[in-house]
Amino acid sequence: MTRDIAVVAFAQTDVLRTTDELSEVEMLMPVLHSVLDRTGLKTADIGFTCSGSSDYLAGRAFSFTLALDGVGAWPPIAESHVEMDGAWALYEAWTKLLTGDADTALVYSYGKSSGGSLRDVLTRQLDPYYVAPLWPDSVALAALQAQALIDAGDTDESALAAIGARSRRVATLNSHAQLRGSVPQGDYVVRPLRTGDCPPVGDGAAAVILAAGERARELCSRPAWIRGIDHRIEAHTLGVRDLTDSPSTRLAAERAGAFERPVDTAELHAPFSAQEVVLRKALRLDDSVRVNLSGGALAANPMMAAGLVRVGEAAARIHRGESDRALAHATSGPCLQQNLVAVLEGEPR
Amino acid sequence: MPEILKAPLVVEFPFTRSLGPVQSAFLTGLRERVVLGVTTTDGRTLVPPVEYDPVTADDLRDLVEVAPTGTVTTWAWNHAPRRGQPLTTPFAWVLVRLDGADTALLHALDAPGPDAVHTGLRVRIRWAEERTGAITDIACFEPYDGGPARLTGSTDEFADPVGGIVATARLDYTYSPGRAQTAYINSLADRRTVGERCPSCRKVYVPPRGACPTCGVPTAEQVEVGPRGTVTTFCIVNIKARNLDIEVPYVYAHIALDGADLALHARIGGIPYDQVRMGLRVEPVWTDGARYPDHYRPTGEPDADYDAYKELL
Repeated sequence: MTRDIAVVAFAQTDVLRTTDELSEVEMLMPVLHSVLDRTGLKTADIGFTCSGSSDYLAGRAFSFTLALDGVGAWPPIAESHVEMDGAWALYEAWTKLLTGDADTALVYSYGKSSGGSLRDVLTRQLDPYYVAPLWPDSVALAALQAQALIDAGDTDESALAAIGARSRRVATLNSHAQLRGSVPQGDYVVRPLRTGDCPPVGDGAAAVILAAGERARELCSRPAWIRGIDHRIEAHTLGVRDLTDSPSTRLAAERAGAFERPVDTAELHAPFSAQEVVLRKALRLDDSVRVNLSGGALAANPMMAAGLVRVGEAAARIHRGESDRALAHATSGPCLQQNLVAVLEGEPR
Repeated sequence: MPEILKAPLVVEFPFTRSLGPVQSAFLTGLRERVVLGVTTTDGRTLVPPVEYDPVTADDLRDLVEVAPTGTVTTWAWNHAPRRGQPLTTPFAWVLVRLDGADTALLHALDAPGPDAVHTGLRVRIRWAEERTGAITDIACFEPYDGGPARLTGSTDEFADPVGGIVATARLDYTYSPGRAQTAYINSLADRRTVGERCPSCRKVYVPPRGACPTCGVPTAEQVEVGPRGTVTTFCIVNIKARNLDIEVPYVYAHIALDGADLALHARIGGIPYDQVRMGLRVEPVWTDGARYPDHYRPTGEPDADYDAYKELL
């Protein structure tokens, strides 16, 4: 069966460098209440709940189970979890709604990166035989990609600096962003990437509500209909890949229908400045498209939530009538290893 | 608000990982100073070798020797090496396409500074003095001015092949339990057990986590519970845990403290293990300097009626 499914509500926390005073569920709960309030739904009304988070950020096994206290998981609810960014939880929820088993879904994700050293923590997602024993951190791997782009003539250090500066400048309009306004480009972290090319490390959470068909129209005056969504991955061996390109993003975008008609807005999950260069090329985005008006991941990159935030930001622009057709992208893994693309549309006004 | 508790949390694990035929040959080769790649059905040579073609998903098993020399395909200068990385002095991360290979291997390059590194730089492997059959048998790469080094002529047949690696990992965290659990832990230091009441369903949760799992709303109202309680269910532990100085068998139980709507768990002492029962009334036993009860013991009261705790099983 075919059903139209839309994002009908979005909420996010302010992204902060540390949130020591809050447990994960304490950080998450205001966002859950906020997104429910926007639709008037109660937790008991939700047909399916799906979340994204990572035990490696928390340093504890099954950490997501404690967060379930925040959604009212008793009496038992239909619930699932992905050990990934919430954008992938949204994909699972979208699939669930497509089957007709549920009409509404709550999707949330969160990450408290402040508990550990994120650069070290992220090495544990790498190939454990050939790569992880060398402890190449997340900035180092992004720097290899940046140098490959510079060598290919696709960008240079000043162009990269401009991407970071633009992201933080537009983020002055985003009260949830962690870095806003002018930020020094700073010293090399791992050359050629400087502080300004790298995302801030922060804690945060996000939530969206999906609804199908007429239910979506009841819950939202202008639903952001998901016209297509797809996700693809690259070979995990970095040396097999062309780091200056992202064929998985291009394929996901094609399958999501992104190239059928132009989009007016794009929210790209590019944690490092050089990755925006790769994504713009893969997604064929020209200057007519408004890219990352939220400030993107260079202004706030809450691990496991930043991808879901991209979908939420794109949808919210449609809800507010500021966009008619938007592309949202989420990534995971080193050097844009995994990529998800969603195309969202509002009905003609 | 009182200060939120924080404590160091170290997560450390020595994962023992077994190797497939291709990985075993490659890592055994490194031990013997031989670099092996794997050839694909369309004639490419992948180094490091994998068991399945990332493009076609074909089974790959044909190993072939490549040179320990190669060319940098991209690099990044790491001026501040981190724990566990191959070199302790500033170095370049590099992807190196070894002579004879079509793909690149990630490793470290020992060079005097970023000005000495560029894409296209010729490099060679510097072997570790002690080699065990791991990627770290390559100590690093070093600049090398020359053509492809001669091959050893070795096949993929080695005596005593390695069958696995021990992938040790350590991550350091600073754990903070948040507001609700900080209040709980702090009250335990005063030998009081404090839960939180849900503003909606009025249930008292202990230990509190700041949220009611039934209503999905924040909890804040603190309620002192216990100290006495009722055993709702239990098990008999017969296996001694490492580093735990408790004689087996012993009983671990769920205990519904008086006034609480959720049972917590603790060890039962002061009674033979085979006499513990549902409904047994117990109280905490504190030891000097401890921040939580050592165990619970019988109070001597009559057993609680089943109906009094059946909702808390």
